[in-house]
Amino acid sequence: MDHLGRMGFSEAQADLLEVATSFCREKSPVEKARKLLDDEKGYDPAVWNEIVALGWLGIAIPEEYDGAGLGLAEVAPVIEQMGRRLLAGPFCSSTLAAQALLAGGTEEQRKTFLPQIIAGEIATLALSEESGDWSLVHLKARAERAGDKFSLSGVKNFVWDASAARWIIASVLYEGEPALVMIECGALPDGALRREVIIDETRRSYELKLDGVDVPASALLDPAKARAALAHIHLAANLLAAAEMVGGTQAVIDYTIDYLQTRKQFGKLIGAYQGLKHPTVNAFTQYEQARSHLYAAAHCFNEQGTGEIATRMAKAEADKALSYAADRAIQFHGGFGFTYECDAQLYRRRAIWHASQYGDAAYHRRKLAELIL
Amino acid sequence: MKHDGVLMGKVDQQELAEFAKQADAWFAENTPGDPGFMLPLSFLEVGTDQQFEFLRDWQRKVYEAGYLGAAWPTDYGGGGLDQAFQDAATEAMRRHKGPIMLNAIGLNWAGPLLLDMGAEAEKSKHLKNILSAEDIWCQGFSEPDNGSDLGNAQLTAVRDGGDYVLNGSKIWTTLGNYAKYMILLARTNKDAPNKYAGLSFFLAPMTVAGVETHPIRKISGEYGFTQTFFTDARIPAGCLMGEEGQGWLIALRTLEYERGARGGQAGGYIMTPIDVASVVDLAKEMKRDGAPAIEDPLVRDKLVEFIIEGQALDLCDQRGRIAPLVQDRPMALPLSAKLMWSEFAQRLTAFAMSLTGAKGGYYVGEPNAVERGLWTRSYLNSFAATIGGGTSEIQRNIIAEHVLGLPKG
Repeated sequence: MDHLGRMGFSEAQADLLEVATSFCREKSPVEKARKLLDDEKGYDPAVWNEIVALGWLGIAIPEEYDGAGLGLAEVAPVIEQMGRRLLAGPFCSSTLAAQALLAGGTEEQRKTFLPQIIAGEIATLALSEESGDWSLVHLKARAERAGDKFSLSGVKNFVWDASAARWIIASVLYEGEPALVMIECGALPDGALRREVIIDETRRSYELKLDGVDVPASALLDPAKARAALAHIHLAANLLAAAEMVGGTQAVIDYTIDYLQTRKQFGKLIGAYQGLKHPTVNAFTQYEQARSHLYAAAHCFNEQGTGEIATRMAKAEADKALSYAADRAIQFHGGFGFTYECDAQLYRRRAIWHASQYGDAAYHRRKLAELIL
Repeated sequence: MKHDGVLMGKVDQQELAEFAKQADAWFAENTPGDPGFMLPLSFLEVGTDQQFEFLRDWQRKVYEAGYLGAAWPTDYGGGGLDQAFQDAATEAMRRHKGPIMLNAIGLNWAGPLLLDMGAEAEKSKHLKNILSAEDIWCQGFSEPDNGSDLGNAQLTAVRDGGDYVLNGSKIWTTLGNYAKYMILLARTNKDAPNKYAGLSFFLAPMTVAGVETHPIRKISGEYGFTQTFFTDARIPAGCLMGEEGQGWLIALRTLEYERGARGGQAGGYIMTPIDVASVVDLAKEMKRDGAPAIEDPLVRDKLVEFIIEGQALDLCDQRGRIAPLVQDRPMALPLSAKLMWSEFAQRLTAFAMSLTGAKGGYYVGEPNAVERGLWTRSYLNSFAATIGGGTSEIQRNIIAEHVLGLPKG
């Protein structure tokens, strides 16, 4: 029970929270998020350019690589607000790819790629495989040395935003150990990427076939750092997911409250019935608790031991909170709630998606049991 | 750039650290050991004179040492220090597992209410004696027929010359047999335009003729509250707080103190803190199928859930002090606190009972009981918090209506 997190909030976090709150509200009204569901690209390039211009891609990147020199603590409020407005785009993908380079790249790679990512070139990660195992080190994809190149083989799944990306950082087995390689998307053969059908239609995810893909020797990230980098990415991805889910939880509760305040049955606003009122309060108190966990995890993220505990708690609680709030949102909208037109489904689908990526609540609790009991 | 979210303001950190150190040393030296009889888990179960005298002495001792009321004004017997000093003293008390503070209603709601809204004479008369436990206070809000619907209170206070004459009955009067004063909600006008407007608030003496207290036994077998009968009981008209008709307003403010939605409490704690760590220890001691219960995967998952939830309550408390993180609904955390922790404590103690296996069947008084029956007793007494001060169901209505803006039922 040592190493539990604690709350903290920097001025930079406060500033970013304020800016992101109004930016995301303005740029991503729900009608727009809905319109992008059917768009092949899935996001608005003009909004992406504005995000790049705001410098948000560089928030957690050190100044020596042109970044702002802050941390993921300061990225969390931005993603929270994106999640609240269902703002689509490759922000999480690029942020996590940059974290992979910071934790596992060579100095040469960091110097080359990080400034370009900050400038808006999109990068993403290819870590999952067909097994669906949340472990990032049980791999089948491989890299074999072939002269001054590596030839890759195998299949990666859940490669977010791959068709928009310039680079994909993939995990492979190299000499029996997990390793990370950086792939130029321009060099992929035709048909290497296939868009996957996923539950959260605000996102884009792809399958990547590595068979026949060669990369130069310089594409290998520092093999000595690969395991540590994968562990770092796992936690970073969960922190960002928790942020997005907490934002989504607030939104779906607000959406439900709005309906309970306007819909009448038996001559009464349905929000007056305790059968609906009390579970809504339960969803709300879970949201408050999840948000507290989120900001504690963000604050303590870089602390050895504490960061991992706080982050796993944050993801577990965010999963619970969003899943419950969105589930009740569907139910409380009655017949309309069951339709595609009701926005509740957008959040319920998102909760299912985030539970599926990098571990759900039960998975993180099991990891926590090892850490704290 | 980073700070831990607590605004330190003008507090001299060195002075505070020195104070905390002294408090720690004092509680290490003065915290009493096992008195040889069962102490109540909270201020709600003070059932014997032996318990009462022991806890009254303890509170007086803590106050005289300067570790209770440290942040109340010196004019009224307080220490005149910043709240951070009292928090440090309370923390030291907790660390050394000191007994609870007895005069809970005075320290935590009547006192802060007087500081906030009381007349000068009321403050001078009462506050110091609340801190020293000289005057014990109780609360007369609920009635047998009006519990959650407090605004419907029917006990009457009729002006007669220089007195009010009280008739009716109050119930769940914690510390009723020991109290010298009661904060009392009474009806002064039966013809008011609505039920709330007819209510008035009194700082009523319990020592006048016509006041009778009948102890009520609880599900745990313990005592601690009474039904209180008023039969032509005369109290001086000066006991009226504010003006006639302001009773509901003052009662609502009192409830905010009671539910922890407002600061200003004198300090210390009034319920034995229950922490998840001791339930984890329990899981290490108890056996399941020949192995420590803590090795059972389901037990582990439940324990982790409780640790996460307990941690969430601490973090919510910390987040409440960071303005940008509560700006959407500023009253959400203060109004949710009581609901969250009381429900949590109930589920946690129920789980702890189950961890004790067959011994969950023992109870207080049985020498083989685990920790003298602590967990079962804690579970049974946990209903005091999910019912008292407004049931959890009423709390959900309050949050729904006052925080989320849902319509009244």
